[in-house]
Amino acid sequence: MRRAGIAGPAHRRPPAPTPRWVESLKLELKGITKSFGALVANDHIDLVVEPGQIHSLLGENGAGKSTLMNVLYGLHQPTSGEIHVDGSAVAFAGPADAMAVGIGMVHQHFMLVPVFTVAENVALGNESTGRGGILDLDATRRRIREISAQFGFDVDPDALVGELPVGVQQRVEIIKALAREAKVLILDEPTAVLTPQETDELMDIMRQLKANGTSIVFISHKLREVKAVSDKITVIRRGKVVGTADPSAPTTELASMMVGRSVSLTLEKSAAEPGETTFAVTNLTVTNDAGQRVVDDVTFAVSRGEILGIAGVQGNGQTELAEAVLGLRRHVRGSITLGGTELVGRSVREVLDAGVGYVPEDRQDDGLVGGFSIAENLVLDLYKQRPFSRRATLDRAAIAANAAAKVAEFDVRTLSAADPVATLSGGNQQKVVLARELSRPLKLFLASQPTRGVDVGSIEFLHKRIVAERDAGTPVLIVSTELDEVLELSDRIAVLFAGKLMGVVPGKSSRELLGLMMAGLTVDEARAHLDHPDATIEREPA
Amino acid sequence: MSTVTTQPAGRPAGQPAVAGVGPAPGSRRTPIVLAVLAAVAIVVFAVLGPGGQATFRISQDNDAWQVPNLVLPAKAFGVAIAVVCTALAVLAYRQMRANGRIAKWVTLTYAPVFVVGLLVWIVGGTTTQNITLVGLFTGAMLITTPLVFGSLSGVLCERSGVVNIAIEGQLLAGAFTAALVASITHNAFAGLFAAAAAGVAVSALLAVFSIKYVVNQIIVGVVLNVLVSGLTGFLFEKIMKTSVNGATIYNQPAQLPALPIPLLSEIPVIGPMLFRQSIIGYLMLVLVAAIWFGLFRTRWGLRIRAVGEHPKAADTVGINVNRTRVRNVLAGGAVAGIGGAYFTLVAVSSFSKDMTGGLGFIALAALIFGRWNPIGAALAALLFGVAGNLQSILSLAGTPIDGQFLAMLPYALTILAVSGFVGRSRAPAADGQPYVKG
Repeated sequence: MRRAGIAGPAHRRPPAPTPRWVESLKLELKGITKSFGALVANDHIDLVVEPGQIHSLLGENGAGKSTLMNVLYGLHQPTSGEIHVDGSAVAFAGPADAMAVGIGMVHQHFMLVPVFTVAENVALGNESTGRGGILDLDATRRRIREISAQFGFDVDPDALVGELPVGVQQRVEIIKALAREAKVLILDEPTAVLTPQETDELMDIMRQLKANGTSIVFISHKLREVKAVSDKITVIRRGKVVGTADPSAPTTELASMMVGRSVSLTLEKSAAEPGETTFAVTNLTVTNDAGQRVVDDVTFAVSRGEILGIAGVQGNGQTELAEAVLGLRRHVRGSITLGGTELVGRSVREVLDAGVGYVPEDRQDDGLVGGFSIAENLVLDLYKQRPFSRRATLDRAAIAANAAAKVAEFDVRTLSAADPVATLSGGNQQKVVLARELSRPLKLFLASQPTRGVDVGSIEFLHKRIVAERDAGTPVLIVSTELDEVLELSDRIAVLFAGKLMGVVPGKSSRELLGLMMAGLTVDEARAHLDHPDATIEREPA
Repeated sequence: MSTVTTQPAGRPAGQPAVAGVGPAPGSRRTPIVLAVLAAVAIVVFAVLGPGGQATFRISQDNDAWQVPNLVLPAKAFGVAIAVVCTALAVLAYRQMRANGRIAKWVTLTYAPVFVVGLLVWIVGGTTTQNITLVGLFTGAMLITTPLVFGSLSGVLCERSGVVNIAIEGQLLAGAFTAALVASITHNAFAGLFAAAAAGVAVSALLAVFSIKYVVNQIIVGVVLNVLVSGLTGFLFEKIMKTSVNGATIYNQPAQLPALPIPLLSEIPVIGPMLFRQSIIGYLMLVLVAAIWFGLFRTRWGLRIRAVGEHPKAADTVGINVNRTRVRNVLAGGAVAGIGGAYFTLVAVSSFSKDMTGGLGFIALAALIFGRWNPIGAALAALLFGVAGNLQSILSLAGTPIDGQFLAMLPYALTILAVSGFVGRSRAPAADGQPYVKG
């Protein structure tokens, strides 16, 4: 498989052959309001994107950034407000209209057909055709090669998109927009699926696009990235513009604008005091239904009182590893032991009873029953036991009392614990999951993506609870694709790539080292590469 | 619960080693299936093979070119087939070991070789040891033709992401309307157009409920089948059975004549099968080629396939997803309606209640067996047609095998195909999922 982001980006890209200067475009959003029923996602938003600028839209998950961009791209019609292009008002009935004036968008979830080739994806909706609508993909292939040469992309027009690494798929999305002569390119959370090195490469591409005259709207909630690449920053909170800032503004200032109060960005955490090693994974191999090894011969251990973070780009086996521990996977070989008890081959119920607390990565699909009340969700794992049930009936009073206590303890913001859990915000839903999982005496706490899609205020709270569990002497295993989170929480960090363990490093390791490991280098190779960056790495393709 | 799946829908694709397109789950089982069939060939065709000879009559008595009968020593031929099947199974196993995949030609050769072996074995076991190939194939067209139209209708709908369970109803509506209109107007072409319109009408209901009102597509389809069956049955009793001067004048449709093509129609077997057909038969050949070309070589097809695979992606490049789907469902209805006309304007000269007899569902099987590809579906329809006709041919030749058992075989094969034992059959990713802008 292709290794992404190993060679330094600077010396790999050939000089652009024939730069095509893009005519710039000024974009203004005036008083854009978009509401879905009672929910106001965007509230009178004003935004000016100057030609040839990288304009960042900073805001927490759920602040309304994506909705705003979907309005700009014609996917949603604004409830009120106007879009101006070069001074004149325009109305977009659909994405085709937006593309016609030169707006392109790279969506957070790629809009590519996996069973189509790169050329077919780029052509779709913008096809070159001969007589009778017969496809002329050669014209598209030429255009792809042209753009690839200009920006130093390595993209084969005839490759199947579903077989390409995520980073390359993102380039296909960029090519798709550029092939339509996009003058403004919207990038919606483009770094969420990238390694740190791939993120750096993307930023180089963004600067190159800017030099070429393309304006970029960069949507992100990651302060570091926004500061690194922007010309101007607009901060959005709860659907409203709360201000604009220069990239030179201090991080803490940007953070407090984004969150609406001052936040401490660093977690206060004492040094770990590891006790005896009680949780061990040995030669674990998990095979999926298609027969592929999604977790490949992984061995590691976690001690009492320490947090082991598992880092890696999404889709490298973390999900399967966590599910294997809980007993949700069918084809598992190797051994997982907790306090000397073998967990492989046990049912989920037995694993839970052995003292495993589990926060699944997708709280809505796997962590909660949306239509059930908060109180019911808080006893999903304990409903069978006293005091919550007697013989065959549930004790409603005990369940309600438990809910009242947990809601107070975990600061779940709700009017009533009898409300369906689906009515809560993401952060509060996650608090419910954690409250439930931490309510039993645990021998292992395993949390996948513990703060995905959670507001900064709740993240702080959840992180503190996880550290408190560690300090109580529980071994903690955190799986997260957010490198910042892994660095923040972990006492040691294990990196997974293509299902294999690249190594385990101390919690204070550098972002560069971890990035190289996330791209498929073992810890030794990564360290050697950092010491001698020019040396090429020769290895058999995986 | 989605916990055990690797990649819940809607998430960006992961690294290919983990969640990419990878080898099909079923393909690893292919060598096993081939080996089992080879064992069947060894035991049944070779060891237990019938003595004597199997005779296949190729020419009819009045053909211009007389081709001598094909006479095969049943047992020796069975041994040869068993040897070839075993060799191919071994080859497939070694390819799987070496490359992780099997060359396409191996399975594509295996299937016809096995079928020929089966045919010789069956014919050798009959009392007369003698069948006519012309009869086998031309008779098969009576079943194959409506199946092809039905499965083409399915291709058009499902490639755009709408499951069409209502094919049976569309065929039946076409058959009834064609009979009624062709009887009243005494014009078979009027019947043909009316049949297409009837198919479109059924499709319009499917489109309105499943696309506009987002009702479960399967349920709408099933209900439509029952509706059409009841409606045509009612009208059949009330209108078609009324006789005027002793004649049921509303159920005597004018027929579409056979139009033999000079020279081509004289080719042994192929000629009578394909080139002595009515206009509907030729339309079928044209449609198979046209829809295949359209789907895979034109802008029209690229957009339809995108809508069926990833509607949101299509939407973000300015393609109107639901309009595309409505058009395809209506076009599919017209195609199935014409297929229905074949029953009353060509095959039989009058309508009878529920005369489509479930062929619409078998068309769905052909669609799946043919991997949502017009040519594949047409070949599957031919296989089903031949198998369906084989039992009547064999009962004439005096076979010890139960006809119903033979009739069942192709569908057993379909189940294997759908469950991934014989290669992979993958539906368009968004098939059956309504698209609602969010």
